[in-house]
Amino acid sequence: MANVLVVAELTETGAVRKTTHNAIAFAQQAGGGFSILVLGDKASAAAQELTGFGAEKVFACEDASLGAYVAEHFAPTVAEVAKQGFRLVVATASSFGKDLLPRVAGRLDGAYAGDCASVTSNGGALTFKRPMFAGNAFGYCQMSTPIQLATCRQSEVDPAEPTGGSSPVESVAKVAPGAAASRIQHLGVATVKSERPELGEASVVVSGGRAIKEKFFDIMNPLADVLGAAIGASRAACDAGYAPGDYQVGQTGKIVAPSLYIAIGISGAIQHIAGMKGSKTIVAINKDAEAPIFQLADYGLVADLFQAVPELAQELAKHKAAKG
Amino acid sequence: MKILVALKRVADPANHNKVKIPASGDRIDTAGLEWQINPFDLYALETALRLTENGKNPKKREGEVVVLTIGPKETETNLRSALATGADRAIRIEAVDEELDGRLVAHALAKIVEEEKPDVVMMGKQVVDSETNMVGQVLAELLDWPMATFAATIQEQPDGLLVEREVDGGVAKVKVTLPAVVTVDLRIVSPTSVRSKHTEAGFKYPYEEVRFAPLPAIMQAKKKPLAIKNLSELTPDLKSTTRYVKYEAPPGRKAGIKVKDVQELVQKLATEAKVI
Ligand SMILES: Cc1cc2nc3c(=O)[nH]c(=O)nc-3n(C[C@H](O)[C@H](O)[C@H](O)COP(=O)(O)OP(=O)(O)OC[C@H]3O[C@@H](n4cnc5c(N)ncnc54)[C@H](O)[C@@H]3O)c2cc1C
Ligand SMILES: Nc1ncnc2c1ncn2[C@@H]1O[C@H](COP(=O)(O)O)[C@@H](O)[C@H]1O
Repeated sequence: MANVLVVAELTETGAVRKTTHNAIAFAQQAGGGFSILVLGDKASAAAQELTGFGAEKVFACEDASLGAYVAEHFAPTVAEVAKQGFRLVVATASSFGKDLLPRVAGRLDGAYAGDCASVTSNGGALTFKRPMFAGNAFGYCQMSTPIQLATCRQSEVDPAEPTGGSSPVESVAKVAPGAAASRIQHLGVATVKSERPELGEASVVVSGGRAIKEKFFDIMNPLADVLGAAIGASRAACDAGYAPGDYQVGQTGKIVAPSLYIAIGISGAIQHIAGMKGSKTIVAINKDAEAPIFQLADYGLVADLFQAVPELAQELAKHKAAKG
Repeated sequence: MKILVALKRVADPANHNKVKIPASGDRIDTAGLEWQINPFDLYALETALRLTENGKNPKKREGEVVVLTIGPKETETNLRSALATGADRAIRIEAVDEELDGRLVAHALAKIVEEEKPDVVMMGKQVVDSETNMVGQVLAELLDWPMATFAATIQEQPDGLLVEREVDGGVAKVKVTLPAVVTVDLRIVSPTSVRSKHTEAGFKYPYEEVRFAPLPAIMQAKKKPLAIKNLSELTPDLKSTTRYVKYEAPPGRKAGIKVKDVQELVQKLATEAKVI
């Protein structure tokens, strides 16, 4: 029997979300073999997408009531499957994983380590490495409950690649939820449609701060277009409504680590830095030469963003054209 | 409506880059940093106050707000400041920070909920020091209550709360019937995010983030009730199941260079960083 249970995350339309591949890689780090559990109203089809990753089994729990994710409906089944001999239950620390896994932990009375950067196994004892204090410390923790639970930080764990092979798919029935499920109604998710890559997965991210004001998309779009980048924002820009809330990069928003991160009119508060300092190359454009963001930028440009950013988009386009 | 608000103290979040880790790696040294209430918990308190008042006349509480912390004696300062902001009474559960983990905190909270029977447990989505993000979810499961995590807006309805939750890719809307657990996200403190059944149409809170306690309220707060309980009596058979074996500082990052203009930036990105 496999040791680690990976809880798959699906999109609204029932396809496997990429975060599932990060969670698989995290399970592989823990070692000892793994299985995958897929829950949804089209779980069997999604399970087929996951048979090539070397899992011992892919469990599919297909039920009409699991079409939209609601923790109260999902947790009982995850807990029940976990009890079939799994020692560790994992998912990616997306809003799905962070909502669901602690709830499952409550049901199993297990300990939970959230947002882990990595896991190591020493003679079967697992040690989880977690960022804390806005990325200013790493803590290494061990848990002592029979079943443990953890989520992994997507930017720290490279997604697993298919290895071939074909894991058997096993159907499991939905476990009847408790009273809680009858007292919550899911009324829908308003998604912001975008052709751009997802923040957590993009290799280039351009983020805008409070300074851009209502011009947020006028300024950011042309730059993001030429770079094929995802767009992020500071908390101040999101709070003010210039950018949607889920664009927020930082300790309490999305954690990103692209190969190129461009911070535009962002001061560099510690909560923002916590979300992007793992980026390979950091560029900052800010009119204040003393802005803290320059203390970690590889390339700093002291300039007015309203001039510099359109110019940068143009120069990049020229460079691209010249490169062919 | 009766709301229980869970508060935890943390070392000054704006100065987390000043924490030190000794060479032994056996602890995180926060010496010199002031203790404050976790920012998300301040937001939870503000949310609870907004749900139990008519914003136009915030002196009159429509219902009850009880604040609670699990921690040592010094946390009473933080509870008093929450009382000064408008909470009615406080509970402190005596415990040493080091003996706690999220699971234990959730179990202790569940015991208090059994006694207090609130309509809502309002809490932060996460503490910003250990960044665990679990207590609300575990508590909801222990109680078999519905939960709305990462709440960005709340609207009270005759039979429950309509909550917009910030999730990856957008906003999820749920309706929970009370009693329920709610964990709040940053945007909950926008001027129009929380509407109780007492809030007048079109009302906007006139300040950013959270209210401040006026001086007389700070004096009055000294007289508000503060009950003390013991963790070992509430959860006699439980102890922490999470142990930190080592801490380590992350690799540092140094400032690079300043470029003189956009042309130089593009050239560096192409030839030096090789990222375009
Ligand atoms: C609990 C908590 C959690 C938080 N979590 C996060 C988080 O996850 N992510 C996050 O980002 N923040 C977070 N914050 C907020 C953080 O502390 C800062 O307030 C925020 O990051 C500031 O955003 P900003 O840099 O856009 O705005 P400001 O700090 O106002 O900076 C604006 C910058 O723009 C520059 N500027 C102005 N005009 C121009 C111009 N014309 N051209 C060029 N530059 C210009 C200024 O010099 C300045 O540096 C959190 C705060 C709290 C309390
Ligand atoms: N020691 C504590 N005392 C009271 N409430 C706590 C304590 N620890 C955590 N909480 C509550 O649980 C929330 C989530 O914390 P965490 O899951 O530890 O990130 C916090 O925002 C608080 O509302």
